[in-house]
Amino acid sequence: MSKETHDIQQNSGRSYWRSLDDLVQSSEFQERLAREFPQEAAELRDPVSRRSFLKLMGASMALSSLAGCQFAIKQPQEKIVPYVRQPEQVIPGRALYFATTMAVHGYGIGLLAESHEGRPTKVEGNPDHPASNGSSDAWIQASILTMYDPDRSQQIIKDGQPSTWAEASAALATAAAAAGSGIRVISEPNTSPTLAALVASLPAGSTWYQYDPLSADNTSTGTMNAVGSTNTIYAFDKADVVVALDSDFTTTGPTALRYARDFASKRRAHSAKPKMNRLYMAEPTPTSTGTLADHRLAVKASAVGSLTQAIAAAVGVAGVSAPSLSESESKWVASAVKDLQAHTGASAVIAGETQPAEVHALVHAINAALNNVGSTVRYIDPVGTMNTGINSLAALVSEINAGAVSMLVIADTNLVYNAPANFNIAEIIKKVPTVVHFGLYQDETSELAQWHINAAHYLESWGDLRAFDGTVSVQQPLIAPLYDGKTLIDVVAAMAGNASSTHDLVKNFWQGVTGTDGYAFDKNWQIALHDGIVPNTAAAATTPTLATSFKAPAATTDGLEIVFRADPSIRDGSAANNGWLQEVPKPVTKMTWDNTAQLSPKTAEKLGLKRGDIVKLTLEGRSVDAPVFVVPGQSDDTVVVHLGYGRTKAGRVGSSVGFNAYAIRPSTSLWHGAGVEITKVGEDYKLASTQMHTDLEGRDYDIYRAKTLDELINPHEEKHAHHEIISLFPEWDYSKGYQWGMSIDLNVCNGCNACVVACQAENNIPVVGKEQVWMGREMHWIRIDTYFSGDAEHPEIYQQPVACMQCEHAPCEIVCPVAATVHDAEGINNMVYNRCVGTKYCSNNCPYKVRRFNFFQYSDMETPSLKLQRNPDVTVRTRGVMEKCNYCQQRINEARIDARTQGREIKDGEVVTACQQACPTQAIVFGNINDPSSKVVQLKALEKTSYTMLDPLNTKPRTSYLAKLTNPNPELGGTHGDA
Amino acid sequence: MQTSQKINQPVVEKLDELLAPGQTYASVSAKIGDIVLYPVLKTPWGWIGGIAIAGLLLMLYLYSLATLFTVGIGIWGINVPVAWGFDIINFVWWIGIGHAGTLISAILLLFRQDWRTSINRAAEAMTIFAVACAGIYPLVHTGRPWLDYWFLPYPSTLGMWPQFRSPLEWDVFAISTYATVSVLFWFVGLIPDLATLRDRAQHPVAKFFYGALSLGWRGAAKHWQRYEVASLILAGLSTPLVLSVHSIISFDFAVSQLPGWHVTVFPPYFVAGAVYCGFAMVILLMIPIRKLFGLEGLITLKHFDVMSKVMLASGLIVTYGYFGEIFYAWYSASIYEYFLIVNRTVGPYAWSYWALIIFNVLIPQLLWFKRFRTNLPILLVISVAINIGMWFERWVIIVLSLHRDFLPSSWDVYNPSFYDWATFIGSFGLFFVLFFLFIRLLPMITIFEVRDLVHKTAHKAHDQKGH
Repeated sequence: MSKETHDIQQNSGRSYWRSLDDLVQSSEFQERLAREFPQEAAELRDPVSRRSFLKLMGASMALSSLAGCQFAIKQPQEKIVPYVRQPEQVIPGRALYFATTMAVHGYGIGLLAESHEGRPTKVEGNPDHPASNGSSDAWIQASILTMYDPDRSQQIIKDGQPSTWAEASAALATAAAAAGSGIRVISEPNTSPTLAALVASLPAGSTWYQYDPLSADNTSTGTMNAVGSTNTIYAFDKADVVVALDSDFTTTGPTALRYARDFASKRRAHSAKPKMNRLYMAEPTPTSTGTLADHRLAVKASAVGSLTQAIAAAVGVAGVSAPSLSESESKWVASAVKDLQAHTGASAVIAGETQPAEVHALVHAINAALNNVGSTVRYIDPVGTMNTGINSLAALVSEINAGAVSMLVIADTNLVYNAPANFNIAEIIKKVPTVVHFGLYQDETSELAQWHINAAHYLESWGDLRAFDGTVSVQQPLIAPLYDGKTLIDVVAAMAGNASSTHDLVKNFWQGVTGTDGYAFDKNWQIALHDGIVPNTAAAATTPTLATSFKAPAATTDGLEIVFRADPSIRDGSAANNGWLQEVPKPVTKMTWDNTAQLSPKTAEKLGLKRGDIVKLTLEGRSVDAPVFVVPGQSDDTVVVHLGYGRTKAGRVGSSVGFNAYAIRPSTSLWHGAGVEITKVGEDYKLASTQMHTDLEGRDYDIYRAKTLDELINPHEEKHAHHEIISLFPEWDYSKGYQWGMSIDLNVCNGCNACVVACQAENNIPVVGKEQVWMGREMHWIRIDTYFSGDAEHPEIYQQPVACMQCEHAPCEIVCPVAATVHDAEGINNMVYNRCVGTKYCSNNCPYKVRRFNFFQYSDMETPSLKLQRNPDVTVRTRGVMEKCNYCQQRINEARIDARTQGREIKDGEVVTACQQACPTQAIVFGNINDPSSKVVQLKALEKTSYTMLDPLNTKPRTSYLAKLTNPNPELGGTHGDA
Repeated sequence: MQTSQKINQPVVEKLDELLAPGQTYASVSAKIGDIVLYPVLKTPWGWIGGIAIAGLLLMLYLYSLATLFTVGIGIWGINVPVAWGFDIINFVWWIGIGHAGTLISAILLLFRQDWRTSINRAAEAMTIFAVACAGIYPLVHTGRPWLDYWFLPYPSTLGMWPQFRSPLEWDVFAISTYATVSVLFWFVGLIPDLATLRDRAQHPVAKFFYGALSLGWRGAAKHWQRYEVASLILAGLSTPLVLSVHSIISFDFAVSQLPGWHVTVFPPYFVAGAVYCGFAMVILLMIPIRKLFGLEGLITLKHFDVMSKVMLASGLIVTYGYFGEIFYAWYSASIYEYFLIVNRTVGPYAWSYWALIIFNVLIPQLLWFKRFRTNLPILLVISVAINIGMWFERWVIIVLSLHRDFLPSSWDVYNPSFYDWATFIGSFGLFFVLFFLFIRLLPMITIFEVRDLVHKTAHKAHDQKGH
């Protein structure tokens, strides 16, 4: 119990969680701290510490002397020194791209990292890599900021004192030799073949455990039980009907980018005879994938088992009986089954990793019964380890309890924070004589270790990883480790007494595997580094042997159910110190800087709770305090809490943000469970949601157009007659040159936020902190608007990316008194930062409210490492300046320079905006609208679906939308919310 | 002034209402002049207390502006979508207040309304101080106020001119012209009185001060003739400014495309509103000053009666504007315009709309009755109500239009911060410090014009006796 109280105290930045005792205690503590570290004391009192703190400091300094005044600014003298010997390929001002690999749940995602004069500034997906296809997500985009995070661990620590790698490696070797078979390594999942080989070289008896709090153990166990293999690959580009059982497959897991791309490819209805896939979704709370569904059924997480069982029974899986379902459930199941059976071999059923293994087993049986195996579903040899979840951790704990562990290496996993609450893991770890912590941060777990070894970021490391399909790709560093961090390969090699560098170890391993060396190897090595993949390394397909009997999933539980989910932004919490991820508004809720206890409107009403109330959630005797958020479209009797928050030692950005849901997450109900108690303990919690209003107010036609596939094919009488509106101002001349335009396909946008963070990385967009978001001052140039339509129980959920529309009759341009926002000859509404005085009139006159203002000095001009991350092609804005999207002007110019030097025109598809490049579903298309063959022109020509937002205002936006289409089953009638 | 007497025969009938009985040239000069020429040590305690309080507020103002410059305009509560808040509300409010002074001194001069004489000096001073308070807001509301000079059209190495299509640029010219003409007009009007003070002053410093400012005025007929011409020219210049300044300020809103701003009736509606609250402010200032300095003989109930009538008339125009807005919302058939009215009347800020209606429409209806127009405590309350009401009008126009515009996704709320209030309340400090200095250092009533009034009254009495 003391841990929970401790957690709450740690969260006590907000006064209403503070009891009188806490207050006394903390003020004493602060006083003590203030004597020694006056700066940190100020920070401790401050809920959004770092940013506000810098601001306060700035303010007080500036107030105390006029030197802080802008009039008196002096530029520091700096010398510009040219290269004496220019490094190969480096041309100042030209970015270089290198292929590398990032691990997501241990599986490799191939990336291309952009490097400016030796410093990586941005990552993009590697188009050649099967897991990324050139796209990326918010998590990947934000990883670059983690590398430059000034709060990263910067040195090796031994018993609280700085140490060196020489000492550490010697100590590791000695300790390992002494520990012998008592060595245990626990790391986050890792598919590195080199690492696996190295671990195998440790003394016999030593074991490598892998633990991921978000492990997909259920999936692999269920798959193993059903078909004797662990890894399934879906081909959504071949599926006409998809049934997702609590599976957010377009944003979750190492396959998400691939699945999102494939799924979207079946959803575009652009041809003359449009066709679309149909998605049935059953889930407890709206997810990104859920918003794409044609028939979305909000059910309790524990009810998904019964639905699966019902489907299995209906498609004729042997030995499965039909459970009893509610009316809406059986209707949904009946239509889904009918649809599935009508599309045998071209349908797919997928279950989420949060569902128990029995559900997964049944899903494979269903796919087999539908003849989908071999077409839309295939199985491959295992990639990675089967047990990466609770079983693995439990085994380690029992070994420690049995005294079998004499040396424990905890690598990249924050056990003290993320282990199930009932494990009491901190006490267990203390039983191990030698504990080595390896990680990017000194976190909750590193406190228990004798040794802390600071890890190198993946952009600083050599390594190798396998993708979800087994394809190997090499991880190559973009920069020498900023803080001399080590890789896990280094650590394990040191334990094995091997002093080689990671680079040599990886290279040697693959020399061994390929059996080549010298030129023969180097040539392939270079190709692999260049391409980012090692060809022909995908895992072989296996022939599944279907089990003969299946366990029925547990029945739906009664009463209030708690559902644990990875946070959509910061996931398991390891990226809690990443400001980009903290501030990106979560899909559907648009929440930033907090997690909440999500309730459906009906349940909230029943419990007498409203948005912003603070409740105590008690599960199995453990409790946390959480603010309430009411989410339309969530299943009733369900409390959804997201993991990843409530960190106590995350860093200046991520500590004391939100509540720690791990603190009540028991190993018996990892993803959902009954018996949660909810009591109100306070109210008026400040929720920093970026969208206050989610009703379209009857403005659908002007803002968000949605129709069904049927309406597209057989259009109704057009209600809205289009009038040609005239303007007083002369039209621009578009006959010549490039005219840039964009088309955004609402039909495939799942609101995953990849574009938002990609834009932030590309355009040096600052993080403003919770307080500022709460005041309505977030800075994102592109945002995803969410609207709910229909009733609150079964809403349709619309996601709409909105950036500057680049209006041809731009309302902002005429009102700026100093001509700081002007139209250019290529139709872009440019923002001239150094001319901007900051009247904010442009923002007031912008009907789309896409302009963002620097109310304070938001960009961090102080922290050296953050300066390195900035894109040198984009101005870093100062306080008092308006900013907004400009279609990645810098990328256009880069392409223009290339084209000019080669004496040609810019080709279609050559300019790719940051949002477009990141988008997993390719919803964003950009190009020259003066080129009739360009893709964007073809999309804009789709009369029935293409429209511009707020058309009656005659702003003539350059960005147009393709209407949202749904493909409802006529049997279920109406729209997707009616299920 | 024989001519004016002939033109304005009907007004002359009521002249005695504008001046208490028994005033002579000497008593007028003494009464007004002595307030200024009291020795420093005999300064009334009321004045000292008043300027002390005003000075404290001025400190608050300077503190908030210093913070604003050093930290950024984020200290205010503004955000996106509500990027203008107290800054522009107060700007429009203060500049509106200024209008009464110009109206009284210029338009009423041209219309030969004699009742203006006792109040026009103070009203003009009020104009200038209000314009000063107003003018500071647009200068400091910018994100980078040190670059405000970019608003000015000057040939620069940047090779850039301002953007002349922007209403904010029009504001620059409108306000600077207005401020310049108002100051000139005020100063020219002061010259004969400064000469009177110079002649009456005992202390050498006062003699020098007023002597220098009176520019060698000797009261010669030529002086008076030129003075009359200059006054008429400046009055002629000021008159269109009364209409143009607030019209142009209304363009800040009317030229945009935001529902609630994009309203063609704004120019006359804004001018009427400005006159409305300007007169309310004059009454608000005059009632206590009259009491404090014993000027009941010079500022009579007749003055308050006439000013109340002007308030009532302009208030009805403003009321018409409110009904107009509701009508346009319906007639436009635009969902955005329609929603605007719904949001104003029942939305989250509905209280402020109804406050506006109560303060600006309902309470001033009392002015239909003479007993309220001449009951100073009630008039004081009504004037305060109108000033609050007109402040709410700007609040409703700016905040309620911005906070919910086209895309529901961008809707947000605006909460004024401590610094919003500090810059607002603090600006009263600036206003009142200037005003207190004015009443202590300059004649707050036009001595020579009141003497003229004494002359006319006496003349009239003489005429009546003669018949």
